[in-house]
Amino acid sequence: MTASKNGTLNSKVPEGNLQDKWDNHKNNLRLVNPANKRKFTVLVVGTGLAGASAAASLAELGYNVKAFTILDSPRRAHSIAAQGGINAAKNYPNDGDTVWRLFHDTIKGGDYRSREANVYRLAQVSNSIIDQCVAQGVPFAREYGGLLDNRSFGGAQVSRTFYARGQTGQQLLLGAYSAMMRQVHTGKIELFPRREMLDLVKVDGKARGLVARNLTTGEIERYAGDAVLLCTGGYGNVYYLSTMAKNCNATAVWRCYKRGAQFGNPSFTQIHPTCIPVSGKYQSKLTLMSESLRNDGRVWVPKKKGDNRPPNEIPEEDRDYYLERRYPSFGNLAPRDVSSRSAKYVCDEGRGVGKTGLAVYMDFADSIKRLGVDAIKAKYGNLFAMYEKITAENPYEVPMRIFPAVHFTMGGLWVDYNLSSNIPGLYVLGEANFADHGGNRLGASALMQGLADGYFVVPYTLSDYLAENLHSKKIGTDHEAFEKTEKETMERINKLLSVKGKKTVLDFHRELGELMWDNVGMSRNRKNLEMAIKKIGELRDEFWKDVNIPGENNTLNKYLEYALRVADYMELGELMARDALDREESCGGHFREEHQTEDGEAVRDDEKFSNVSSWEYKGDDKEPVKHTEDLNFEFVTPTQRSYK
Amino acid sequence: MTIHLKIWRQKDKNSPGKLVDYTVDDANPDMSFLELLDWLNERLMNEGREPVEFDHDCREGICGSCNLVLNGMAHGPMQGTAVCQLHMRKYKDGDTIVVEPWRAKAFPMIKDLVVDRSAFDRIMAAGGYISVNTGAPADANAIPVDKYNADQAFDYAACIGCGACVAACPNSSASLFTGAKISQLAHLPQGDPERNRRVVNMVDQMAEEGFGDCSNYAECEAVCPAEISITSIAKMRREYFNALSEIE
Repeated sequence: MTASKNGTLNSKVPEGNLQDKWDNHKNNLRLVNPANKRKFTVLVVGTGLAGASAAASLAELGYNVKAFTILDSPRRAHSIAAQGGINAAKNYPNDGDTVWRLFHDTIKGGDYRSREANVYRLAQVSNSIIDQCVAQGVPFAREYGGLLDNRSFGGAQVSRTFYARGQTGQQLLLGAYSAMMRQVHTGKIELFPRREMLDLVKVDGKARGLVARNLTTGEIERYAGDAVLLCTGGYGNVYYLSTMAKNCNATAVWRCYKRGAQFGNPSFTQIHPTCIPVSGKYQSKLTLMSESLRNDGRVWVPKKKGDNRPPNEIPEEDRDYYLERRYPSFGNLAPRDVSSRSAKYVCDEGRGVGKTGLAVYMDFADSIKRLGVDAIKAKYGNLFAMYEKITAENPYEVPMRIFPAVHFTMGGLWVDYNLSSNIPGLYVLGEANFADHGGNRLGASALMQGLADGYFVVPYTLSDYLAENLHSKKIGTDHEAFEKTEKETMERINKLLSVKGKKTVLDFHRELGELMWDNVGMSRNRKNLEMAIKKIGELRDEFWKDVNIPGENNTLNKYLEYALRVADYMELGELMARDALDREESCGGHFREEHQTEDGEAVRDDEKFSNVSSWEYKGDDKEPVKHTEDLNFEFVTPTQRSYK
Repeated sequence: MTIHLKIWRQKDKNSPGKLVDYTVDDANPDMSFLELLDWLNERLMNEGREPVEFDHDCREGICGSCNLVLNGMAHGPMQGTAVCQLHMRKYKDGDTIVVEPWRAKAFPMIKDLVVDRSAFDRIMAAGGYISVNTGAPADANAIPVDKYNADQAFDYAACIGCGACVAACPNSSASLFTGAKISQLAHLPQGDPERNRRVVNMVDQMAEEGFGDCSNYAECEAVCPAEISITSIAKMRREYFNALSEIE
């Protein structure tokens, strides 16, 4: 692999003070007048928080929007499953929060691997998001005085998280979905449910459309537009088991990568510390228990190896509250990467609990004693009920068993300050881009980012691009580029269907997931990564020779959809391993065993790796090329993160 | 454990459907019901047979994708639980489970257990929102909402849009779904200026989609995974009558 010189990627971060960059930039962005806005069509792929908020906001401005979702309704996008909350620097509790502090916590939480200007902007617009959502009727938690309530979350020492019981993502998404449906009613948004984007159509180097499969009929459909917004979420399902919904996938971003969009920091994966542990081979997905539980739950394992007593029979002196012990100032609220790794260490030492030994306890007994059952029920009732449904154990009486699981991907398509990929006209929003979370995302920041990008960033930055393209020729779906892209898509589908092998898609996906979890998971080293790259390649070859896909193309066929997605994971997984191998440092969720302190904390290498690794596709039989974008810290000084 | 299944198979909306028998002899009590279907599908594909199509996504009870009627009960036997969170430990070794899709005129069949619920989106488009553009609304704390009303609004907002209420209703009414959204917004000061327009447009759209009316069977409330109360339907009716009298 060859590394190109610095400076090949232009982040387009505006000049000036951190506090002034976004305002100055908005002053300089070109506008499209109202009569011209209706001449433009914007294709929005995905209808989660980023997609729904962008589609609604752009339609309100007067653009024609076509919105696509793989599900039967936009309201089902996986943002809906986010539980805990959304951060904003409102400082309603008067506990010293400021925009600067939210920015600083986020960039520190990301282990100084994100772009200062993006993160600052995110903190700046965070307050408007809360105002917007309340105006939409989002029923956030309130105090008796009628004002909004806040709670604290990992990686922060202030209470800045707004929440709607344990269903914050649902309520925010329904707000954005409502705003979107209002525009569907006016005719400014045309909605295309059960459609899956299978490729990007480029004309003269610009994004001008897409081809999608109609998941009900199997038809390949063509859609032309003046810009394409990818709001398709993360790629955690590469690991097979994750907290992602079953239909979340990487195909749209991966196909754009193969059309020339660069992929930023693909190895940056978040492993969330508090998920319900795996129970058997049939397991199809993992369920998260919100991090907000760590406000009142104390995490512990037995002090002695192999202590098989039921948890309530283990006396206080035989318990190790390892987060409180190792990180006294943050305790159970240490950031996600730190908490996950700590859980792995104690399980590796043989002190894990439950049937598999791959779990730790999260105990609410002390909080119940202090606050009463009713108070705990009011805060976490639905989460406790969910836990009991899945495990048949009552967490009011016995501690929860939890274990880390793949939850979020900080990596994604590279974008500049305007959220534009390196392909003009292709914008990437929300989890699908790499931009704001660096090496690790703090809790309650994903909802903030998705809505910031969709409501408050892209409506401004997209107008600049469209203004520049006001006079460019309209492209119809009869253009040869559509013809060619559709043909290639059909060939890929037919090739897959013609394999008629013996192993199911699920068999392959599970195998890939195990390779990824064992070698490109919470803890990584050179030997295993090299081995994984080799084995993923072998598995991919086997997949194309021996996969068994039932049925035909011309009907609803979920296993064909699944096969197309797994085919892309087989390639993306390898890129993730390559990136992890190349990044010879530990930062955030990327932990290289070769780079740690004596007591097992991550050691960054700011000399060599204070940058974004951005990968360019060069062909199926060629290695990708790495480009870098230097991260210049003008306003904060990177230090070793300490939560002790 | 061994589980016998009778599953509705239907190629498309124009072909006749029928119940087909399957037996899974190595089910596990800790499996979810959807994992049992995955398990069955793996076996069918290994035998060269076509798998059963069913909608699913988050598998944690919040997205509202899954829509199965088990032994005549929408979402199966557990109260307040979507079928994705039903686990096989609720059943006994040797049990037989009949698996059917939502059946309603307004939810046309697509394939096997998959139906088209886009009518719900059209009801929402008719008025299930507060008309506020993205911009700079007042500070979020500018209008206090007393805790009682905020909590009530939340209870109704918890609807996951799955359609079980329609499947369980002898009239195939969507009143619980529509009433939940109307009640949520009726409890909030935001959006008050359009409350009359909202209820009339949503209720009219519901009728236009071919859903029946409510005659207080309360089957909807009994199966609702989000435990939405039928007081939402009473509220919807009150809003509707008020709106008609005020509009006139």
